[in-house]
Amino acid sequence: MKKTKQLLACLVLMTFGLGTAHADYTLNLMRGVTQLSNEVYDLHMLILWICVFIGIAVFGTMFYSIFHHRKSKGHKAAQFHENTTVEIIWTIIPTLILVAMAIPATKAVIDLDRVQDSEMTIKVTGKQWYWDYEYLDSGVHFESHLDLASEKAHRVSTIDPRSVPNYLLNVDKPLVVPVKTKIRFLFTAADVIHSWWVPDLGWKKDANPGFVNDAWTSVDKPGVYRGQCTELCGRDHGFMPIVVIAMEKEQYDAWVKAELEKQNALPDLSKQTRASLLIKGESVYLTNCVACHQIDGKGISGWYPAINGSTKVTGDMSQLIGFVQAGTSKMPAFKKLPADQLAGLITYIRNAPELGNKVGDELQACSALSLDELEDLFPDLDNAPELCKEKGEVKPDPVVAQKN
Amino acid sequence: MTAVVAEHDDHHDHHDHGPEKGILRWIITTNHKDIGTMYLVFALIMFFVGGTMALIIRSELFEPGLQFVDPQFFNSMTTMHALVMVFGAVMPAFVGLANWMIPMMIGAPDMALPRMNNMSFWMLVAGVLLLAATLFMEGGAPAGGWTLYPPLVLQTGKALPFAIFSVHMLGISSIMGAINVIATIFNMRAPGMTLMKMPLFVWTWLITAFLLIAIMPVFAGAVTMLLTDRFFDTSFFNAAGGGDPVLYQHIFWFFGHPEVYVMILPTFGVASTIIPVFARKPLFGYASMVYATAAIAFLSFIVWAHHMFTVGLPIAGELYFMYATMLIAIPTGVKVFNWTATMWKGEMTFETPMLFSIAFVVLFTLGGFTGLMMSVAPADFQYHDTYFIVAHFHYTLVPASVFILMASGYYWLPKWTGNMYDERIGRLHFWLSAISVNILFFPQHFLGLAGMPRRIPDYAIQFADWNMVSSIGAFIYGFSQLLFVYIVIDTIRGGTGKATAEVWEDASKHGLEWTVPSPAPYHTFTTPPEIIPTEHL
Repeated sequence: MKKTKQLLACLVLMTFGLGTAHADYTLNLMRGVTQLSNEVYDLHMLILWICVFIGIAVFGTMFYSIFHHRKSKGHKAAQFHENTTVEIIWTIIPTLILVAMAIPATKAVIDLDRVQDSEMTIKVTGKQWYWDYEYLDSGVHFESHLDLASEKAHRVSTIDPRSVPNYLLNVDKPLVVPVKTKIRFLFTAADVIHSWWVPDLGWKKDANPGFVNDAWTSVDKPGVYRGQCTELCGRDHGFMPIVVIAMEKEQYDAWVKAELEKQNALPDLSKQTRASLLIKGESVYLTNCVACHQIDGKGISGWYPAINGSTKVTGDMSQLIGFVQAGTSKMPAFKKLPADQLAGLITYIRNAPELGNKVGDELQACSALSLDELEDLFPDLDNAPELCKEKGEVKPDPVVAQKN
Repeated sequence: MTAVVAEHDDHHDHHDHGPEKGILRWIITTNHKDIGTMYLVFALIMFFVGGTMALIIRSELFEPGLQFVDPQFFNSMTTMHALVMVFGAVMPAFVGLANWMIPMMIGAPDMALPRMNNMSFWMLVAGVLLLAATLFMEGGAPAGGWTLYPPLVLQTGKALPFAIFSVHMLGISSIMGAINVIATIFNMRAPGMTLMKMPLFVWTWLITAFLLIAIMPVFAGAVTMLLTDRFFDTSFFNAAGGGDPVLYQHIFWFFGHPEVYVMILPTFGVASTIIPVFARKPLFGYASMVYATAAIAFLSFIVWAHHMFTVGLPIAGELYFMYATMLIAIPTGVKVFNWTATMWKGEMTFETPMLFSIAFVVLFTLGGFTGLMMSVAPADFQYHDTYFIVAHFHYTLVPASVFILMASGYYWLPKWTGNMYDERIGRLHFWLSAISVNILFFPQHFLGLAGMPRRIPDYAIQFADWNMVSSIGAFIYGFSQLLFVYIVIDTIRGGTGKATAEVWEDASKHGLEWTVPSPAPYHTFTTPPEIIPTEHL
């Protein structure tokens, strides 16, 4: 059946002279990799076939009539127009079919709802326009944005999306889960409604701001499963994909351990060249800033201010750092950005040719730290890197900066 | 069953006065035919405005990558396309048909409330123009989808209060139109035209009018709450203030589900009017058609949350709304079976109105099948907010409502203008539309099942082929509709010759409108016609 459909699809495509038929596209739902997705798939196929059979019966009758009961063939019209028995029959038969459909459907609804007895919980927060994952049991917590290659490709017209692997379906940091483990998901949102959908898991669930929804899964086999946000959530709704990597439990445990270490690690405070600061800054910018300020830094008139040529950006550096860390009513506060990323970002937005700014300076990670922050990282200041003890000439003063 | 014969006596019309001269005729008219014409012309213009927006959407989706428009503008286009098509094209087109045809079908001289009729038309124009003006406002037109879900819609720029006020105006216009239809049908039927003798178009409109009166105030209430949330610090839909964004969805879909039936019930009515004429056979199961329509209308009020299966309903809610939604298949099935039985052993000819009507039955049924699939809540967990639903509701709107509106155009144009349209071009229009509409929407089923979400301006590479096919279909479909404009203008100018009063063979057995001359005089049935009981035929 699948072969026939693919053949048919290819024929249609060839008629249009496209001939680019992709090997991996599908015409039907995927079976997926969970008990729920299989159940939903079977249900889908059941109703599909019921509809196909009813369709053949109804359209068959209709087309027979169209071919034979026509004036041009000399057919004379009968004048019957009422038959209560027939009406009752074609009311009762569909009712019975519906009851037959409702039984497996009810079972599936109950199964989907069974979130009890889960072995671990992941809290998913939808934000404009990325996902935030928090493993409530282990404490792993990170954001998952569209990957840099797709981010660039959809913003720069000269890059062909076809050259980007998994275009728009790849993230910088995927959600990692163990296989054969009952996982409970909690969904919420920070701003507007989002919806979390990975087709291979068999369901989607809305993430509503201020409320918590739940759902569960237990992935049968290791693999990479991709999905997208499915509730219109604004400008970049199409650019917040989901990637789930399912791995064996031992591997997963190792991953958690490594993540926690990474999470608690100190930022890289070594001195960097201008070029490497710019490279780091670009990736920070593309992850956190580009959605609003755009790839050319010109923002969107009426929505988001430009940083291209903005005196706030090219002016006093310590005020700029304070501004970025404090945020505004529209811009989130980037207080938690590690010092090395902050340094890269500040250097990038002041100097990147693609943003049209050229101040000609740079910020080192050490200088991005205030004395308080340095003390937070190194309670015994003697342990701090030599570089930071000297302190650069730039000293952000967040209190002064916030007033601007 | 709708077969009636009238004795029309022209001598009673000697007090007849013609229309005003010049532009004032159209501005101050209270004549149901003039107002009907204005509604229809306005709807046709809006059909092309909304269609242009659709082509902008399909151009952007022709290939992966962002080529033509900004994502924010893309979202505005999907939002405005829907609002313009629903409130500017399909609904007004059916109100136009109601204005033209209901008085003529029930033997009334005009609508019951002619001045209000005029007001409701001009309010519609004002409302749609205001809505269109939001495209040029700071921050752009609304871009949160036609459902206007908070909190997203509250992020709209300067356009929000204007869009909301426009919705209020459109609502008032619809309610006035609905009151007028009900008042006309209940008070102005010719003697002998009992309720169960009314043509089905009149019946379906009567039921539709009640739906409208019930739901438009609900929508007005919902958008007013948006307004106060944004400007007066209320928190109806803001969790931080004790509200709930999902509450909006409940209110909206309590309006929204009957609203989509507002666009399909009159469609059923027209199909039930046209098919018997060209099958030369009375409509099969007239009474069951009426009951099925009423049943669908009733069910439409108790199924709204099937649009919200994934928002996190309690399990009892999921089950209830699933069962209730599945029930809709029963009366809808009855209708399809009755149309098929009407064609069965008929003596069919295939003029353009019949072609569009048959295509409607087939393609609407396809849309009905996908609707049935989506009523199953667990399966909807996969289908929801993908291109599968886009395919579903476009099948129930374009090759259903829009095809039937085209069929109505061809069916009644000779009566309206007194001239026959060019059948050859009509059939060309039909075949181009019927083929391209499937190229346009059928692949969208595949896209949705393969995992493409709706309302995205750019997509992953595996969706590229079918999107391209769909876009090609969209352009063929869109440009084919220009043929209809050509035909309308050509027919007004004389077409292929004068039409007879009956126009279609034995049509006068099927409706009173075929007993008056073509073109229909400015005033018809100033004296009620005599309705001969059906049994006498």
